[in-house]
Amino acid sequence: MWQQARWNEPLLFEVSTCSKPTFNITIDTDIVREVGDVKNYLPKEILRSELPRIPNLSEIEVVRHFTRLSQMSYGVDLGPVPLGSCTMKYNPKICEELIDERVTGLHPYQDEDTVQGILEIMYHLQRWLAEITGTDECCLQPPAGASGEFAGALMIKKYHIDRGESFRDEMLIPDNAHGSNPASAAMAGFKIIRIPTSESGEVDIRALKAVLGSKTAGMMLTNPNTLGIFESRILEIADEVHGAGGLLYYDGANLNGILGIVRPGDMGFDIVHLNIHKTFGAPHGGGGPGAGVICAKGELVDYLPVPTIGFNGSKYFLSYNRSKTIGRVSQFYGNVIPLVKSFIYLLSLGPEIREVCEVAVINTNYFIKLIKDLKGITIPYGDNKFRKHEVVISLENLFRDTGVTAEDVAKALLDRGVHAPTIYFPLIVKEAHMIEFTESESKESIEYYASIYKEVIEEAYNNPEKLKRYPKNTSVSRLNQVMANHPLTRCPTYQMLSKLRKIR
Amino acid sequence: MPHQWIPNSLPEIKKELLRSIGVNDVLELFNDVPKELIINRKLNVGLGRSLSEYEVKRYFDRLMSKNRLFTDPPPFMGGGVCAHYVPAVVRHIISRGEFLTSYTPYQPEISQGILQALFEYQSMLAELYGVQVINASMYNGSTAAAEALRMAVRINKKRKILIPLNVNPETYEVIRTWSLGMSSEMDRVRYDQLSGSIDISELEVKLMRGDVSAVYIENPNYFGVIEVHLRDIIDLIHKYDALAIVNSLPISLGILEAPGKLGADIVVGDGQSLGLGMNFGGPSLGILGIRDERMITQLPGRLVGATIDSEGSLGFTLILQTREQHIRRERATSNITTNSSLMAIAAAVYLSLLGSEGIKKLGEDMLYKTYYAIKRLSEIKGVKAPLFAEGRYFREVTLAIMGKKYRDVHIKLLNAGILGGKYIGDVFPELGESCIMCFTELHTKSDIDLLATTVERALRGGM
Repeated sequence: MWQQARWNEPLLFEVSTCSKPTFNITIDTDIVREVGDVKNYLPKEILRSELPRIPNLSEIEVVRHFTRLSQMSYGVDLGPVPLGSCTMKYNPKICEELIDERVTGLHPYQDEDTVQGILEIMYHLQRWLAEITGTDECCLQPPAGASGEFAGALMIKKYHIDRGESFRDEMLIPDNAHGSNPASAAMAGFKIIRIPTSESGEVDIRALKAVLGSKTAGMMLTNPNTLGIFESRILEIADEVHGAGGLLYYDGANLNGILGIVRPGDMGFDIVHLNIHKTFGAPHGGGGPGAGVICAKGELVDYLPVPTIGFNGSKYFLSYNRSKTIGRVSQFYGNVIPLVKSFIYLLSLGPEIREVCEVAVINTNYFIKLIKDLKGITIPYGDNKFRKHEVVISLENLFRDTGVTAEDVAKALLDRGVHAPTIYFPLIVKEAHMIEFTESESKESIEYYASIYKEVIEEAYNNPEKLKRYPKNTSVSRLNQVMANHPLTRCPTYQMLSKLRKIR
Repeated sequence: MPHQWIPNSLPEIKKELLRSIGVNDVLELFNDVPKELIINRKLNVGLGRSLSEYEVKRYFDRLMSKNRLFTDPPPFMGGGVCAHYVPAVVRHIISRGEFLTSYTPYQPEISQGILQALFEYQSMLAELYGVQVINASMYNGSTAAAEALRMAVRINKKRKILIPLNVNPETYEVIRTWSLGMSSEMDRVRYDQLSGSIDISELEVKLMRGDVSAVYIENPNYFGVIEVHLRDIIDLIHKYDALAIVNSLPISLGILEAPGKLGADIVVGDGQSLGLGMNFGGPSLGILGIRDERMITQLPGRLVGATIDSEGSLGFTLILQTREQHIRRERATSNITTNSSLMAIAAAVYLSLLGSEGIKKLGEDMLYKTYYAIKRLSEIKGVKAPLFAEGRYFREVTLAIMGKKYRDVHIKLLNAGILGGKYIGDVFPELGESCIMCFTELHTKSDIDLLATTVERALRGGM
């Protein structure tokens, strides 16, 4: 039986009962002699009155504490993390190995002559990603996918303003879209118009046509969508949106499902964002940092953020020369470390990135084959269509029959040593499990996942009460979410926790 | 073609799986893609073929040899990013696969380690900044600042944002870009020519109009100057019912008073100085917090909270997710999803290694180096160091070259193996041939002496 580490590790503030020798810092007495008491240079009222209450620990105490915490975490290095739309693929170790002080020690304002190597990497990455997406140019600056979306939405906004059509303030977004799409569009000042999904699991084209008009700024779409279904009428959608004077935006979160097979630019998308930490092998780091990239076609390239990396035939340089740019969306040139990891990933695979997609899609459909006839589950929308990077399962029948929820099943899966799928998303599917294996899971791993999925569902029918008590084998058992979120008991810091403990 | 990273890529496995799915060819799985769109050529990616790991390494190493790495002496270049030491423990911990390859802890029971580490990060940063709540991270200082301003406008519904001219110009550019999507307008506030700090009388004139939502302040500011009147400035902002947003350099807070203690409503920071590499600019760590817990529903970004499990043990989980995009969609406080968690853990490890004693001592060390550098550089004829004679400095110092182009000096420094200051005469023409230099724990007395003598020789034309 699998059992996660359960260290009962105290909070850092309670690791030690007394002060220990901390990280050695030596102040040079020669400098002190030359300068005198440095505090005399600063007025008293700006000096810190009370030291921050951060414990003084020795190195071994710190290492043990955080090593124990790491053992109570779960990543791709330990087993499958089939979170749908998150594309949790293997993060090649060579990428970690090669990134050392040669990259981490570069100052962003170093003279261009002294950073030709890193600029060359970034330049090639821009070109490769433009080729993969079928666009003309890419900018590596956005530090994450949502930041790329925001940049794209601002580009659409400025495009219409420059054309004297600032009245175009409606962004069309399917009801199955990632939540960051409407959030990004709203940050750019757009009104969100929701487009329903038809029975086929694709954009309801009649509904789309009904809302297109003179106020349409654009449409944000991911293809394949979050149901894992390819929008087969994409060319028609593009024509309709363009015909109404709008622009088409591609959310790249699901690119793994078409990588090397078909390109967003060829489908008619004007602006594309990519998630380097999903499709291109950079790790997620427990939530970040990732990297977003924003690419554009035709006249939209003038609106990309600055700077991008240019090349004049002999020298690479930071290019700020973009007439209609929206400006900077973030500081410097992007999250360089994940970007370099994706460069190494693409350097290794080359044109074989198509293999990534083929196997990812085979894996999805193989899993569907293994589980689709299970009692209690359905695969809603798009009857029997092949899914691409992911599949969404509804446990609505199971819930109706047994009272066991999608969350209960997820917790039971955790207890078997795997990570759960994304749950309750997309919102249009009841009791949803959204599962994406990526190309990284082996045949055996997928078969194992299918077998425990089956086992859990059988258990749900036989002994539904038992499922409410999972997980048991993880570092803690099911957590009290009500207490965590209640205004009287929520505590996001140790300081508040201490107060709360005193009251109790 | 089979590849080691793709277990099922062997032709016989693929064939077996396809047969089991019920198709003969993999392209049948794409039968809903318009035929004319299917790519029928090799994409021009990489070197035209897949490479072995040793080929990748060779190629990458060759590219890296085209960079120039400054380690002896470490870079003196400032401008918001400075060379700091990254302790071995920090790099070791964040390289652990359990942290590195994990996702956002949406399933808390299997992710307690990462949640606890983030909770400890939030707690330590709240101590450092003197506030009640710090979130689980934003991308970096620039986007944390922009989010803080959006938050301020949401809270008090006023239209104007005041930004002094002595803040980081890149951060200002980011805020300006973000403001394209907002209905608010921005106004600038001058800085005092002698001290480099905010011109308080002009600030008051602009506040008096009553339409100001928030004032964004950096401490130390872009010039490295400490805003010594920060408490009075914050009081003034509050007098006119505006919010004070203070971007403090985290590593200065062992020495300088915590912004929350001075009354800042929203605190911001860039965490690069907390044991992160310079990384050619990114990734860094965005610090964002609030003095008063009651503003928490307006706070963007993820937040970890403590709770108990079904057996009564202490545990941690993401809280108040109803503020976030995956639930609230267009009404979310922000679009942020991926953040900078691993960098937050790095900062937590770093602060744990230092402890309160170390944070204070490290701050003192930087202060000594800053003032030693000022002393040495000010002795050089033709150098005005510091440029703002009445300013008080921490870590970064603005200085000017008199009667010569800074660029000439910079090139001579480069030739001597020294990465000099960040030139700012282009963005601040009123400051002449000026640059920002940085002095941290990495710089020894002899490094600073070397810098001074090389600058002196460069100016004398002896090189």
